[in-house]
Amino acid sequence: MPLEKMIYSLLVHSPPSSASSATAAHFAAALTRRGHEVLRVFFLDDGVWNGLGSAVAAQDHSDTLALWQDLAAEHQVELVVCVSSALRRGVLDQREAGRHEHDCATLDPAFTIGGLGLLVEATAESDRLWTFGG
Amino acid sequence: MTGTKSHSVLIVLRTAPYGSGLARAAIDTALAAGAFDQPVAVLLQGRGVLNLMPGQDGSALGRPTLSRVIDSMPLYGIETVHVDEAAAVQFGLPLNELPGYARPCTPAELRELLESHDHLLGF
Repeated sequence: MPLEKMIYSLLVHSPPSSASSATAAHFAAALTRRGHEVLRVFFLDDGVWNGLGSAVAAQDHSDTLALWQDLAAEHQVELVVCVSSALRRGVLDQREAGRHEHDCATLDPAFTIGGLGLLVEATAESDRLWTFGG
Repeated sequence: MTGTKSHSVLIVLRTAPYGSGLARAAIDTALAAGAFDQPVAVLLQGRGVLNLMPGQDGSALGRPTLSRVIDSMPLYGIETVHVDEAAAVQFGLPLNELPGYARPCTPAELRELLESHDHLLGF
C-alpha cells in the first residue's frame, strides 16, 4: 500500500558540528525520496550556524551545509534561520549586514532570515514537525 | 499567518534557564505561538523546571530574568505552565511558591499531556 503523502517541517537547534544537524538533513532528504513534502526547516538558537556560508567542512567530516544546499536546490525546501538568533551570532544576509553596518553578508544564499512566526506557521501547516538538537 | 489550519503544540522545555540560549528560545517560541492565536501549551521537565525557580535574577549575567518572561505567558493566552512534579522535587523547586499559572503534573497527567497534542517541540 503506498504511503500517504505528508507535509513535514523540521526545527533544528543544534550547530552543524553536531550529529543532530547532519541527521536532520539526511532525514529531510529521505522524506523527499519517499514522496513527502518538506515545507520548511527552521533553524533556531545555535541551529542558525547551519546557515553560515563561510563555513568550511573538515575533510574527514560530512559537509552539512552542502546537504542543506542540495535540499533547497533540488527539492525547494525552505531554509529559514531565526532572525534574533542569527543576528546575535553574526549570521547576516545582505540586508541585515547593511542595516547593522557590517561589511559583508555571512548567510549562505540557500537560506533566508525570518521571524518565529514562520516556525509557528510551520506548526499550523505541517502534518508532522520534528525537532533536532538539544 | 496565511494558512487556515491549526495544530495544537506542546513546547517541552528540558534545559536550565541560563546555561544556553535554548530556554529563552523555547519561551519566545511559546509567546510567538500565543501571539498568533495558535493553541499552545508549555511543559517544564528535567532541568527545565529551574526556569520557574523563585528569586532568580539574570542581571548578573546580563540576561533577562526568564521567570519574569514566563510570567507574561498568560497575557499571550497561555493560561497554564505544566511542571513535571517529580522533576520539581528532584531539583528542589518549592511547589508551594510556584506562581498561580504553574500546575504540577503526575506521571499519568504528563502522559495524557504528551498524547493530547499534535506537535511536540523539544528544547
